[in-house]
This record gives sequence, structure tokens and C-alpha cells, in this order.
Amino acid sequence: MKLEDLQYAKTHEWVSVAEEDGAKVATLGLSAFAIEALTDLVYIELPTMGKQVEAEQPFCEVESVKAVSDIYSPVNGEVIAVNDALPDALETLGDDPYGAGWIAKIKISDEASLSKLMDHAAYEKQCGEESH
Amino acid sequence: MVGFAGWSMPVQYSSIVEEHQATRKAVGLFDISHMGRLLIDGSDAATFLDSLLTRSVADMSPHQIRYSLVCNEQGGILDDILAYRVVLEEGGQPGLGLVVNAGNREKIVAWLESRINGRDVEIRDVTTVYSMIALQGPKAIELLDPLTPFELTSMRYYTGQIMQLLDVECFVSRTGYTGEDGCEIICDADKIVGIWEQLYELAKKAGGSAVGLAARDTLRLEAGMPLYGHELSESINPVEAGLDFAINLQNREFVGKEALVEYRKQSHQQVRIGLQLEGRRVAREGCKLLHGNDEIGVVTSGTFSPSFERPIAMGYVKDTSSAPGTPLTVDIRGKEHPAMVVPLPFYERGK
Repeated sequence: MKLEDLQYAKTHEWVSVAEEDGAKVATLGLSAFAIEALTDLVYIELPTMGKQVEAEQPFCEVESVKAVSDIYSPVNGEVIAVNDALPDALETLGDDPYGAGWIAKIKISDEASLSKLMDHAAYEKQCGEESH
Repeated sequence: MVGFAGWSMPVQYSSIVEEHQATRKAVGLFDISHMGRLLIDGSDAATFLDSLLTRSVADMSPHQIRYSLVCNEQGGILDDILAYRVVLEEGGQPGLGLVVNAGNREKIVAWLESRINGRDVEIRDVTTVYSMIALQGPKAIELLDPLTPFELTSMRYYTGQIMQLLDVECFVSRTGYTGEDGCEIICDADKIVGIWEQLYELAKKAGGSAVGLAARDTLRLEAGMPLYGHELSESINPVEAGLDFAINLQNREFVGKEALVEYRKQSHQQVRIGLQLEGRRVAREGCKLLHGNDEIGVVTSGTFSPSFERPIAMGYVKDTSSAPGTPLTVDIRGKEHPAMVVPLPFYERGK
């Protein structure tokens, strides 16, 4: 995954869009910036298969020693795959956030929802501002 | 950094789990300057405090420190505190002091002031005059001992003395809030940074770390220690909080005594318990507790225990649901998870 080719939500999810069986599918995960800020992860609750999701709405969650954090769907659509290996190997999120650390795949129902995402340069800028 | 009772404090310096483990295995260094530090002066100071604390002050030995509670007339807890009998000079009048929770400092000062009633007592809030840090963990005493002419290894638990530490006059006590051995150190505010910096380096060399609020919470929770605003509040009395050891009723009077005598006679409305959960979802403050289909209590503190690698929690339940081994369910964000009542503390050093 080239970081520059990904899109990003302001809530720190990264998105990669591809064609699969004639439909647009978004693969998503959490950015390295978000993972590093989270620290001490103990649990991830993956979304259920088939769940209908809405852009900018929480659809699953990750838990650290300190608190639960929502993960927000970056697009409108339906969950068609989840990374079952993750809950037993949470360190993957930190080791390979853009590859093996993917969280879910969503079949996009409404491409317009992609327009709310930002490109890598804009996301980097947001992270820079958040660090201050 | 977060705001905490009017102070800016670090949640964590690195990783919560690392800071926690460092304290359990080596040594943790805590800035606890936010705690309220009060001196109680005057010839009536001891009897005054005696009339307001659940444990006796007048019979404290020189150097002794006692965990105690301040209650209102209804027996509700206004704060949990440490009372200190400080030796200022050999054979002289003891200095009496209290360390109180940061969030209750104003309330307690006002409460004490309101109860003086013409006695020879003066309350001095010296919180900003002094600063306070803690060094806790199996290596804490051996790390501190060479830094003072005082023989720290022989200091009894829950006592404290004025001594030179790193050439600064400090009050050092063998007390703490982690379940580990170690000390709490009070000195002039303008000397604390130098002491902190030296202890920080020594702690790192010993495999330890500075520790923030988050790991302070996981440590005290594992040690079964209550936290005001969670396990303790004005609507909770010391009997249901399981703090019988901090109540002396014999031959003394104090505000709240009659209420506590009554509570002791009753079967308790609610009882503080420890909980352990399966899985990895954490039960947090406010989560409902159920026994079968009945809602019987609530979680007051919860975390993922770094030492036991499972979620643990404390809460209050009806006494009929409080026996260790009782299977309960916790409602975590709308889903029910199995939990079991376990005895407190979860963690005891050396075991």
C-alpha cells in the first residue's frame, strides 16, 4: 500500500478503494498516527459481516487500557469482510497498519460518500496540527 | 497532559502497561504534588482531629501515619486521607498533618475550619509550599537508602520522618498507593525539581520509569485501593466500602460515629466487591451489574490489568450478590459479559 495512494478520514481511518467483482470495495484500517496515539491496545471489536454502515458513523471499536475508541466507517455500504486474525494479534495494527493491519472491507453503496475523504497531503497536514 | 482537580498532569509518559510493569518489577516515580497537604497547629490539634476522623489521632505514636476517613454526620465519606504525627524535635509537641485528595482539598479545609468551635486550632494549607513525589516498587527502598543518612531499610511501614535526602530536608514516609513497597517524599516546592531529576535518572538505571495518572490508576486498582469519586463518596459509608480497618469506635466520639454504629448493625445495602471478567472487554465506571436478570449494582472503576492480563473492576452490589465466586454479568456498551466476584485485593506483593 502506498500511503500517497490512500484516502483518509478526519477520524484517522485510511481507505483503499478497488474494484472487486464489478463493485467498488473500500478496505480500511487505522493510520499509524492513530495507532501510535492509542497506546496499550487490548481489544478490537470487529464489525459484523453484512452490517450496513454509514459514512462518519461509528461501526466498530478498539479498546485500550484506558478507554474505548470508536472506529468510524469512511463510506456508506455493507461490511463484506473483516480481519479475523486481528483480535488475537493486536500488535499487527502497530506493526503493519496499512497492510496486515487492515480492519474491514466495505462494499460501497454510494460513491458520493468517498468525496468526504482527504488525500495523503491533507491528512498529513491535519496530523501536524493535531500534534500541537 | 490533562487537567486534574485544577492541576496539569501527565496521563502517561510512555505506555501505561510499561509504566505499570516498571513499578511492579523495578521502580516507578510519581509526581503527587496535586495532593492537598494541611498542617493542623495549636494545643487542641490532636483532640480536634480525633473528633473528625474515623481513626484515633490522639493515640498515634511519634512518626506514625494512619489511613483514615473524614465523615459527615450521616456517616457519608467526605474524603479518605492520611493523618501524620510528625516528630519536629525530640520530646516536643508533634506536628500533625493531613494529606488529602486534590479534588477534596477545598471542601476538607472548609469542613475543618467550620468545626474548630473556639478550640486552639489553626489549619494551614501548605499544598503549594511543599511538593510531593512517590517512589514505589521492589527496588524503591534500595534506591533511596544510599541517598539519605537515615537507615531507610529499617523504617516501619506507615511511619515517616524528617531527614536529609540528596542533601535536601525532606519528610519521607513508607507509604504509597500502588501495593508496592516504597516511599512518599515531601519537601519545599523549590527543591523538588532537583530531587525529581536525580531520582528519575536513578529510576531509569534501575529499569524503572516515571509514571503518570493512567498507570497510577491500574496499580491502585490491582491493589484493591479505593479512589474517591469512584469507590468513595458522600453517599457511601465506610462500612459498605469495606474499610472497617479504618474505623475505631471504642471509647471515642467523632462526627458520623452514631451513623456508623447503626450501619454496622444492619445488613448492608451495598457492598464493595472485586470483579474479574473473561475475555478482553473492559468493564468501566457506570457499567450495570446483573445477577441473573436482576440489576444489583454498578461498576465504580475498571481497567485491563497489566499484571493479570484480564479486565478487572471494583463496584458495589447488594450484599446477597457479593460472595466471592458469585457469577454476575456486566453490561458493557449494551452487551452482557460474564464476570465473577473475587476477593480484594487482586494483587498482593510477594504473592
